[in-house]
Formats: sequence, C-alpha cells, structure tokens
Amino acid sequence: MIEFRSISKTFPGGTTAVDDFSLVIPSHRTTVFVGSSGCGKTTLLRMINRMVDASSGDLEIDGENVSTIDPVRLRRRIGYVMQNSGLLPHRTVIDNIATVPRLNGVPRKDAHERALQLMDTVGLDRSMAERYPSQLSGGQQQRVGVARGLAVDPNILLMDEPFGAVDPIVRAELQQELLRLQRELGKTVVFVTHDIDEAFLLGDQVVILEKGARIAQKGTPEEILANPASDFVASFVGADRGKRALSIREIDGARVLVDADGTVAGRLVEAGPS
Amino acid sequence: MNLFLDALAWIGDPTNWQGSTSIPVRIGEHLFYTVLAVLAASIIAIPLGWLIGHTGRGREIAVGISGAARALPSFGLLFLFVMLAGVLLRGPSTVLVLVLLAIPPILAGAYAGLEVIDRRVIDAARSMGMTEWQILWRVEVPLGLPLLMGGLRSGTLQVVATAVLAAFVNLGGLGLPIVEGIALRDYDRMLGAAMLIIALALLLDALFAVLERYAVPRGVRARRAPELRTAAPRRRAAAETPATT
Repeated sequence: MIEFRSISKTFPGGTTAVDDFSLVIPSHRTTVFVGSSGCGKTTLLRMINRMVDASSGDLEIDGENVSTIDPVRLRRRIGYVMQNSGLLPHRTVIDNIATVPRLNGVPRKDAHERALQLMDTVGLDRSMAERYPSQLSGGQQQRVGVARGLAVDPNILLMDEPFGAVDPIVRAELQQELLRLQRELGKTVVFVTHDIDEAFLLGDQVVILEKGARIAQKGTPEEILANPASDFVASFVGADRGKRALSIREIDGARVLVDADGTVAGRLVEAGPS
Repeated sequence: MNLFLDALAWIGDPTNWQGSTSIPVRIGEHLFYTVLAVLAASIIAIPLGWLIGHTGRGREIAVGISGAARALPSFGLLFLFVMLAGVLLRGPSTVLVLVLLAIPPILAGAYAGLEVIDRRVIDAARSMGMTEWQILWRVEVPLGLPLLMGGLRSGTLQVVATAVLAAFVNLGGLGLPIVEGIALRDYDRMLGAAMLIIALALLLDALFAVLERYAVPRGVRARRAPELRTAAPRRRAAAETPATT
C-alpha cells in the first residue's frame, strides 16, 4: 500500500506541481494517474521512488515513510519503466535487464539466467539477448524496459507513459501484454498516462488529475463513467460524446447500440452468468 | 623542391642518427615533454571535466577559463615562467606551459562527452538505483569516452607542435635543430626538423584516430548513422528535474 498524505511539491523555479495531494494506492492493483500535460502526474510518480522529494507532506510505503529510506536502496526495490525505455545504449539487452540485480551483488550467471526468464515473461525471443537497444524496434525496447523493471521482482512497478512513444498497433499489443502480466504477477502498479482509453483499459483505480495534481475524480472506470463528478471529468472522459455516448436503437425487435457519431457499436444482450 | 630534397638528405644522413645529439634523442626528448604534459593535463582536466559534466555546474566558468587559456601566447608565457622561477626550473616551466595548453581541449572533451548523453538514459540509471558514482563510471564515462578521446587528440597535437619551445630554453627536443638551423643558417636542418615534427604529429593523430574509433561503445556503434547525430537537448543533470509530462 502506498499512501500520499497532504503531499505538496514546489520546484525551485516556483512552480507548484503538486498541491496538497492525498491518496491511498492499494497493493496488487493497478492505479492509473491520468491527466493532461503539466498536471503533475509524473511528479507524483517520481515521488514514490524519491526521484523527486516532496516539499511537504508524508509518503508512506507499507507504513514506512519514504523520506527515511535511502533513495538508492528504495529505488532498487521499486521497478521503474519510462517512456523511450531509457535503456543503456552501451549494454546488451541481457545486461540491461540484469543491471539492478548486478548492482545488488547477484552473481553474473544467476542474473543472466533470471534475465532470460524475464525475456520469456515479457514475450521477447531469447535470441535477442546479445543485441543492443539500438538494434531493436520501439516495441521491443519497451518490452526490455518492462523486463528490467521486473528484474528484482519488486512489489511496486512504476510506469511513466511506457507506451507513449510506440505506434498504436504495438501499443495495443503491449497493453494486452501488461494486462496478462498483471494477472500473473499481481504487482502494485502505478501507471501514468494522458490517454483516458489506456487508463480505463489498464486501471483498477483511475485517478483523474487537474492542474496542481488536484484529484478531479477517482474510482473504477465504471464509477467514473457512470457518475462523472464534474463537467471537467465528463468532458475529459468523453462521457457525453463519441464512442462513449451510446444510445439504444431498436431494429426488428433487436436492440443495437449506436454511438454519438451514429456508428453501430454492438448489440444489447442479457448479461450472462459471470 | 631542392630544399625539400636537401632536408630529406639531412634526415637520412647516418651521422645524424648517432650520438647524444642525434635525431632519435631529439624525438625522444620531444615525446617525453609531450607525454608528460598531456598526462599532467589529463590528471587535472579529466576529473574536473567529469565533475562539470556530471553535475552540470561550473560549465560557464570552465568555458571562460579554457577560452582564455587558449588565447595565452605560449612563447611569452614560457619566458615569463622561466624568469619568475629561475633558469634552474626551466624544465618544469616548459612542461607547465604545455600543460596549460593541453588542459582546455581535454577539459572540453571530458565534459562535452558527458553533456551529450541523452538525459533520459541518466535519469533511467538513477531511477534504477545507481549511485552517483555508478552513474559516472558505468554510464557516463563509457558513453563519453569518444569525445574525451577527441579532446586528448587535439590536446596532444597542440602540445607536440608547441614542444618546439623547449629548445628556446635549451632543453632539446625537435625544436633544437630548428633553433640551431636559424643560428647557422642551415636551412636543411631547419626544414628537416620541421618535417619530423609534422610526421610525429601526423603519427600521433593517426594513433588517436584509431583509439577514438575503438572508444565508441559497441551498442552505440551499432546504431544507424543518422541517429548518431540526434543528441538530445541538454536538461539539468540534477536529481530533481521538473516533470515533463
């Protein structure tokens, strides 16, 4: 469990990125911070592994205040996946994945064995182990990034727009892979994105943020869509338009769903036993 | 053209290759001052350059001092030092002048090498839990090596060309035949020695060209050529960068 208690962050330049933010992030679930550029969502994420220190307030991981933990030690037990993967260009795929275990003193052979298993986990062919990041596609690099994030088997995995720089088809594929991984591994995932569709797809808990990291609404995707807390949320999630505003139309006794553009989205059926 | 042939004849003259004033001895002296100066300059400039490159602080001061140092007239400086320190210390004075000459390019190579590294790579290294030392030694130094080699290369070339000055305070080197040549109006000797200095410089340059090539980490060399030129714009290297989402 990660708990933000009245966290604020003002950068030296005077910008207040986070203003009195409080939130509980449950364990073994995916929590998504979603909001537009500059809303402070990445700052929130980076506070968890102390890449950014809060100006005021407390941040606790399983009851332990992070400000009392040495940043290096803290970061080594938290997985971090970033946009553009951030792989070390002078190291091979396998060495990139094994980086943190090696820093922790795991023998090279064991670390490499584990790295190969992780390549299987994230769906990378083992034959790529000796390649360099520059020889991989964007999607493959992202997979290596995820494998590296998982290398020390952390409880917490932080993901900062990890699929932001890949094309839509690869992104959809990686999102499905992440859902599968999360079903298998059950990590506490904190995910940052500006894409509401991605947030609704991946998040058990979705936190919609406004400027200054003010929580516009938090809840499950269903709760947010059913009851947008404000006009801002309604417009941000697009509850009143496009493919989320579905209406029922009856054709020959069957009921079909049509979205706001008049495109048929599907057919209404009785919910089966679930 | 005759002049060049005569100079070559001077170089080829077997009597110039024997004894305590022979060409090999002069080359040895010349290389000795060069290596000593580049080594001393490296000991000062590389750690300083890495410090500047790693922290992102002090860059303006370093650029300013380096620029000023480049503009110093080596010849004038040499006589100033010899006059201040005394003739007995003319050896150290000479090396000091050469060190001052070699510091700016080496310093620039050291910090520029770190500066051009994609900030996201360093950010990733830090967020994985590397200590600042580990970031420096395992990420920044290997990735910055090619530019450092470039700095050493240009520093060495300047020193090898300027080490001629040693002869003016009677310390030998390949400058000595030139100084003697001027006094004796022996143009073969002057030109021959000049040609030897040029050859030495070209040789060292070629050596560094090879080293520079091998200094490029394999993963970076494997990169397709156009991407090599897209160095990311530099942001602050401090641990706390404002979020960029």
